[in-house]
Amino acid sequence: MNNDLTEKFAPGHSTCAGCGIPAIVRTVLGATSDPIVVVSVTGCLEVTSTLYPYSAWKVPFIHSAFENGGATAAGIATAVKALRKKNKIPDKKRVQVVVFAGDGGTYDIGLQSLSGALEREHDFLYVCYDNEAYMNTGGQRSGATPFGADTETTPAGKNSFGKTEKRKDLMSIVIAHHPRYAAQANVAFLPDLKMKAKRAFETEGPRFLLVLQPCTNLWKYPTSEYVRIGKLATETNFWPLWEYIDGRYKINWATEKPKLLEEFLKTQGRFKHLFKPGGEKVIVEMQKEVEENWKKLVNLAEI
Amino acid sequence: MILNTKIALTGGAAAAEALRQINPDVMPVYPITPQTPIIETFAKFVADGEADTEMIEVESEHSAMSAAIGASAAGVRAMTASSSQGIMLMAEMLPIASGMRLPILMFVSARAISAPINIHCDHQDVMAVRDAGWIQLFCENAQEVYDNAFIALKLAESVRLPAMVIMDGFITSHSVENLEILEKSAARNFIGEYEPKNFLLDFENPKTFGPVSLPNSYFEFKRRQVEAMDKVIGKYLEICGNYKEICGREYNLFEAYKLDDAEKAIVVAGSTAGTAKVAVDELREQGEKVGLLKMKLFRPFPYAAVGEALKNVKKIAVLDRTVSFGSDAPLFSEIKNSLYQIPDTKYQIQSCIYGLGGREIFKEDIRKIFQDDWNGKEIKYIGLK
Repeated sequence: MNNDLTEKFAPGHSTCAGCGIPAIVRTVLGATSDPIVVVSVTGCLEVTSTLYPYSAWKVPFIHSAFENGGATAAGIATAVKALRKKNKIPDKKRVQVVVFAGDGGTYDIGLQSLSGALEREHDFLYVCYDNEAYMNTGGQRSGATPFGADTETTPAGKNSFGKTEKRKDLMSIVIAHHPRYAAQANVAFLPDLKMKAKRAFETEGPRFLLVLQPCTNLWKYPTSEYVRIGKLATETNFWPLWEYIDGRYKINWATEKPKLLEEFLKTQGRFKHLFKPGGEKVIVEMQKEVEENWKKLVNLAEI
Repeated sequence: MILNTKIALTGGAAAAEALRQINPDVMPVYPITPQTPIIETFAKFVADGEADTEMIEVESEHSAMSAAIGASAAGVRAMTASSSQGIMLMAEMLPIASGMRLPILMFVSARAISAPINIHCDHQDVMAVRDAGWIQLFCENAQEVYDNAFIALKLAESVRLPAMVIMDGFITSHSVENLEILEKSAARNFIGEYEPKNFLLDFENPKTFGPVSLPNSYFEFKRRQVEAMDKVIGKYLEICGNYKEICGREYNLFEAYKLDDAEKAIVVAGSTAGTAKVAVDELREQGEKVGLLKMKLFRPFPYAAVGEALKNVKKIAVLDRTVSFGSDAPLFSEIKNSLYQIPDTKYQIQSCIYGLGGREIFKEDIRKIFQDDWNGKEIKYIGLK
């Protein structure tokens, strides 16, 4: 494998075929030459990269629990400050503390810890790889699961069309903490992700990246398709690419004629029940939500 | 030459004073009664430049322990303080701190746990986490809080296990008592510079902390943790010996008070030992052969030494400031275990539960325990209405 790509995260991990998490990790970590400490919370990345006595991490790595990515990063970033005072870390040497956490560990159980760390303005980058459900435990709905999705705990059935609630607007929650930098990205758009990671590393204070990570197990599509499906998420405006820089919103990708959400939905087993009789209403509602969210974003970006 | 200073402080302020001299690198803190005076007093020291600790005012005790774990793993001295619901909330993180072999120091101002909510002293919080892999040291008074801070820190770092220094909420944490404090240089020399063995910020030798361990390795991790705990008693005695040289006070696994020829003894941990000593003194004056065993090191529990100290006592009452639903109270259970190791002893042992939720216990209650006729068949609830 390419030496540059594997400089910080080795190929010997055990993520599923067609999983984009390693591409997210490598793209983000590849965007800086500063020394890095990686924090991960319990989840897909942590279990597939640290099976004792092996570790895929070529940079310092710590995992301690599920709901504490923000607090763990806070402890490390503060230890860096303490050591700097004692001249044990040179003044000019920047140390990057980077958290990688899934949507369960970020939107749900780890939200308080993230909120505290953002509010206290620690110097850290938090990257949420969002596969839209609890995938390490086998596909249960999370606060990131979209309306209408079939999951193990919100199964579609005779009386159910899947998840009945909308996805949590995590970016707005994060931005309410006035971070130095926040951006929404997508593993299917790696140059965009790299640009955002680079900008994040060049910024000091709390920074946040929300990266869409199509999951073959939950979303149910052939493993070779993750890039194509990821692209559709953005091309339909289901997952716009945008940034929040110093209080300003910037859209990174837009088209005159976005594809219909159906194009994205029909590629995945988790939405296949919506294409049976009775599902049309749900798709109409989902399309409406996508359009409303896009309008809101465009308005913010114009301010 | 010992150049100690006498001052009057609350137990909480004594903890903060020890922290001022230790000058930890990182302290994640979260308020909870009756612990808060510790972190407030210390925050003022930092504000006045008397310590240069980096404090993190986290948003929960779970995050306090998580941040302490992050900082300690990073390679610095990390400390915190908590009580009651705070200990319960961080309960998930306590075995992680010990499992990762991080020498974090935590002061506990022991308090009852909900429900119903109660802010006053008992030992239910620390007893609920007695199997979390932490060293636990009980304190009788402000002096012991101060002294145990240094002993526990040195001990934790020498065996790479976290340690709790436990004081009685309000009774010790908020009462002003006279104590002697060390000269700052003596205190600093005693603890020395912290040199972590393995640490996260060692960029030349990157390490993975907190990996996944399957049935082929997990058991061995836990066994090694037991081995580390097994070293504690020996190290503790060695450190107490060294500490005596700078403070002049004797520290041991427990305090045996007038126990040598005692026919009746009380075993207790925490501030009630002070009350019990007065009762023992009075009964001794009346010619009764009574004594006291005051627990200090509770985890690891010094079974052999406790059994040896109690082997000639005929009647033993064990006072627990906690309750263990459906089981023996924790200290009582440990004392029974200690005596079980000693062959051919004939004793009566009585479990007494007292002081839950801050219910007072008086000298007269203790005298009564010594004087009452009991057979140990039923738990006695001291002071229960």
